[in-house]
Amino acid sequence: MNASVNIAVKKNKRTFREWLGSRDGQKVLVLLAFLIVPLILLMVFTYIPFAEMVKFSFYNMKYIGARKFVGLKNYIKVFSRKDCFGALKLSLYYMGGSVVQLSLALYLATILSFKVKGGDLFKGFMFFPFLINGIAIGFIFKFFYTRGFVFDTVLQWCGFQLENLPYWLKDRSINNISLVGTSVWRYFGQNMVLFIGAIMSVDNELYEAAMLDGANRFQQFKHIIMPGIKTIFVLNVILSISGSLSAFEPPYVITDGANGTGTYFVVMHEIAHTQQKVGLASAMAVVLLLIIFTVTILQKLYFKYLFKDGAE
Amino acid sequence: MSISEKIGRFIITALKYLSLVFFSFVALLPVVSCVITAFKTDEEYQNTNVMVLPHSWLNFENFINAFNKAGMGKAFVNSTIILVCVLLFSTIIGTQLAYVLNRFTFPGNKLIRNMFLFASMLPGVAMQIPVYEIMYKLHFINQLPGYIIVMCGTDVIAIYIYIQFFENIDISLDESAIVDGASYFTIFYRIHFPLLKPAIVTSCILKGVGTYNEYYMANMYLQDKKNLATVATSLYTFVGPLGSKYNLICAGVIISLLPALIVFITCQKQIYSGLTSGAVKG
Repeated sequence: MNASVNIAVKKNKRTFREWLGSRDGQKVLVLLAFLIVPLILLMVFTYIPFAEMVKFSFYNMKYIGARKFVGLKNYIKVFSRKDCFGALKLSLYYMGGSVVQLSLALYLATILSFKVKGGDLFKGFMFFPFLINGIAIGFIFKFFYTRGFVFDTVLQWCGFQLENLPYWLKDRSINNISLVGTSVWRYFGQNMVLFIGAIMSVDNELYEAAMLDGANRFQQFKHIIMPGIKTIFVLNVILSISGSLSAFEPPYVITDGANGTGTYFVVMHEIAHTQQKVGLASAMAVVLLLIIFTVTILQKLYFKYLFKDGAE
Repeated sequence: MSISEKIGRFIITALKYLSLVFFSFVALLPVVSCVITAFKTDEEYQNTNVMVLPHSWLNFENFINAFNKAGMGKAFVNSTIILVCVLLFSTIIGTQLAYVLNRFTFPGNKLIRNMFLFASMLPGVAMQIPVYEIMYKLHFINQLPGYIIVMCGTDVIAIYIYIQFFENIDISLDESAIVDGASYFTIFYRIHFPLLKPAIVTSCILKGVGTYNEYYMANMYLQDKKNLATVATSLYTFVGPLGSKYNLICAGVIISLLPALIVFITCQKQIYSGLTSGAVKG
């Protein structure tokens, strides 16, 4: 009796060393070893900064020096300062651009998903801009839009007179459209590749059956392609909304935000790093994040309720 | 087939190729015009229209000048070091994380997945305001290792590619290895890691192109442009007094995008499939 109790105790109270050698111990060890580095990185470069940013947004502060708690003043400024709020309106241009970009991508993806001679080549040409770095794109388009240079020359070939053409990057009525154009140029090929991937994942037999039934291209598009890629299409529409709110690269590298081309992010960057109003810039960032979260939650709800019938 | 049907089909085909040719032209024109200008001498550049072809396609003077003026030799060395370290490090931590999240059930598994998902929604540029302060406190500014670490920390999409891939690796492989007495470490390195190769290649290409092209953080955290420029930031040399010498600038731009072009030509398939699989999950 006494002996068996002793054994039971021994079994329950394995030494730490023994426990480490067991499968359970090993599991915990592997778990810790594999999780610790990514989690530290995630904390240090995402969650701590995130918390700091929210905190900063209530202070009047620079990177170095005294900080003063100002409550919601920074948030009020975001909506009352002309440069901040005006920049939010600019994102409407980028939203318009993303509509053009997505429809263009869908159109070209549909063409390329049928048999086309040299399809891979065309696809490659249109995708390549996505792989060019932002600074290079900035230079390419500064050059492209310069008075009398590439774009003007091509338009002159088409019969336009140089005197009638605007200054693409200076003229306030057109410069934002020029910049949105560069962003469409950069991303339409990438969207197209995504759509082709989605179209290809639709079962081939469906097309064959449709062909046999005499469905034309447009009917195939409407009844086979569209339902097949609905999910990824809606996802891209929503991504493009948050993308246009956070449009940054074209104005940052091409015009540096001059002549009324400063989008929200460009203004924020300028306020944070040139004017060093870190509190105000943080408040701007938080406002933007809230908008993006709202859009994302709406997207989640949309998928949950509208695609329910599709899943059943 | 009736005549009207034939005509209809012909028009559709013509329209199809016309749109493909037109949009390929639109996509290529800005880059091609840069190539044309890069081969022009100063005199030619001053006196001819930008779309007039250069006298000689063998005039590499601009490329040599751009390479030297922008210190691109040093920049290529830096970019290579960054690329190798970031890819190595993020592949190791990414695959390990995916392994643990996919194979082990433990409290917090779902939470960690959601934390990474949430992190992917935060726009990078906005987050750089507080990250800058943290980098400053860690003395990571103007340090290559510091930049490498922050580049690894912001990697999320690859994890989804790996998790997806793990879902397709049969769990009976693990079980039979456990019966044979293999430890979890052995299972991961001997069995899973080799099987993950296609996913690793795909995400390394995507991550590699992204890292090579990254310039916002490089510009902010590697301010010593003389010694620590990457290929992307070395192009900043052309902002300012050289800003109107476009034959030189275009040559610099072309040099900077050559590596991406080579990777693209050799790995098209992986790039496309990586983008597609990353997008569906992410």
